[in-house]
Amino acid sequence: MHNFNFGRLAFRSLVIAVFAFVVMPLVVIVWAAFFSDKILTFPPKGYTLSWFTRAWELRDFSQGFAMSLKVGAVATFCSLVLGVPAALAIERFPFPGRETVRQLLLAPMYVPAIVAGAAVYVYFVQVEILTEVQFAATFGGLVIAHTLVALPWTMRLVCASLATANTTSEDAARSLGANALQTFFLVTLPIIRPGIIAAAMFSFIASFSDLEKSLFLVGPGKTTLPIAIVNYLEWNLDSTIAAVATVQIFIIGAALLLSDRYVKLGKAF
Amino acid sequence: MAGVNLSGIRKVYGDFKAVSDLDLQIKEGELLALLGPSGCGKTTTLRMIAGFVMPSAGSVRFGDHDVTRLPVHKRNVGMVFQGYALFPHLSVARNVEFGLRVRKWDAQRRADKVSQMLRWVQLESLADRHPKALSGGQQQRVALARAMAIEPDVLLLDEPFSALDAKLRTQMRTEIRELQQDAHITSVFVTHDQEEAMAIADRIGVMNQGRLEQLGSAEDLYRRPASRFVATFIGKCNLLEGRVTAPGSFETALGRTMQFAGTRALGPAALCFRPEQARLLVEEPEGVNAIPVTLRSATYLGPLTEYDVETGAGRRLLVTAPSAQPGVPHEPGTALHLSWHAEDCVLVD
Repeated sequence: MHNFNFGRLAFRSLVIAVFAFVVMPLVVIVWAAFFSDKILTFPPKGYTLSWFTRAWELRDFSQGFAMSLKVGAVATFCSLVLGVPAALAIERFPFPGRETVRQLLLAPMYVPAIVAGAAVYVYFVQVEILTEVQFAATFGGLVIAHTLVALPWTMRLVCASLATANTTSEDAARSLGANALQTFFLVTLPIIRPGIIAAAMFSFIASFSDLEKSLFLVGPGKTTLPIAIVNYLEWNLDSTIAAVATVQIFIIGAALLLSDRYVKLGKAF
Repeated sequence: MAGVNLSGIRKVYGDFKAVSDLDLQIKEGELLALLGPSGCGKTTTLRMIAGFVMPSAGSVRFGDHDVTRLPVHKRNVGMVFQGYALFPHLSVARNVEFGLRVRKWDAQRRADKVSQMLRWVQLESLADRHPKALSGGQQQRVALARAMAIEPDVLLLDEPFSALDAKLRTQMRTEIRELQQDAHITSVFVTHDQEEAMAIADRIGVMNQGRLEQLGSAEDLYRRPASRFVATFIGKCNLLEGRVTAPGSFETALGRTMQFAGTRALGPAALCFRPEQARLLVEEPEGVNAIPVTLRSATYLGPLTEYDVETGAGRRLLVTAPSAQPGVPHEPGTALHLSWHAEDCVLVD
């Protein structure tokens, strides 16, 4: 018997429509990266790869790309160094005020990035006035701000994997004679390793794609890729942007796929 | 190898007394079950023996060795956890080897011990598997091998059978009992399942509300319960409320006088007898305890039939009798006499 179910059909159509809405802009951007027209026009007259080479030849983009990679890597490292022990303390040791600390460390996720970016800038300026140490428009300052971007992601993912990891494994290790340090390195860390890898990936993505928080903090020659894109867009409208965005999309997509292999992302939120 | 001695153990969490003033001697090589409903303090007691929980007062000794202030990892206890807590990232052999590695045994000695332990639990062929590729029973054997590899002073088992299905559970408990006897290791296991405790423990400590209600063999607990709690927790039990009016004489709420063996102070008490110790009779018997009852229902259970009866005071009692036995009417509403011998009942609070 032919089983025609209108409700199911409507549901599927809706799902497809939502996915299309999410994915179409990305598809269009990737597509546009190959248009040969000097000014973005539709439909394209032909296709070319030259926008990619042009993007790479523009110093702003190549430097921005390198800067974003560098800042992303260092900020990810910092957020792991700070976030993993913090998550461990919060999940494993009931100390007073632990929920407050948890919310505080997750807070950068809730505050609008542009506001936080401005706040960090003002803070850096104040510090500079007091100590004459410059943070704004320096690599160090950028790393600090991006660590703030990355930290909530690290916290979220590492806390989630600690919460789901059975603590009796740790009890078992201790009953077998392992001290606290051995228990952490021989049992806890291997068990939550997938969570840490996912945390690193997400932290990196968050940093790599951050625009608002960096806006006030970059200096001449120390621009990140998203800011280089915005700067370029102010004066130009050609497929260079699409080419740059395409590269960015693929890097982020690869990082997401990689993290999904280690942690089913659905479980972390 | 040594016994375990708990004296005056107490654990208080804020206002809550998890365990109060517990004295317990576990003999060398004995398998002792701590039995009780959830929240009775049995697990806390086990975790105090293990060293995960520091007692608020009292002392824990392994043989002559006072371990009260010793942290878990220095106590040398083997523990099998509820759900086994195997290390998911390590193979079976590596799991068993874990305690030996942190003890810094040399490689050869470790390898020898691991293969000895795996032979002991008959899992040599699965040495390279990871825990998630094992069945529940196999996981439990790995957990046992891992706990025993460190040559512990005491073996502790926390609800070790709860994660297994019913059939495997009976099989594994026999197996664990045999392995425990074979190793002759002082063991404590925690369970809420009385059948499990009765099946494999040498002695059972029944706990309730942080206290040890009674300690004894399965038969002691069943035949001579020391309290109302033990009487009702272990097996099925009929209780008649009343008071002791004279030595050996008990008066029910309706004023009937019953005889009982043993001594008991005068005052309020409850008379307790087991469903299989009572008999249902058509005629009122002479010279034994008897009360008139009305049959409410009879349930045929194969070898046994269970009779649900009601006393004049409205109290429901249970009687079981071999089904083959003829002579008891099955019609609900029949007036009968319930009788039992003075030596077959005990008095509790």
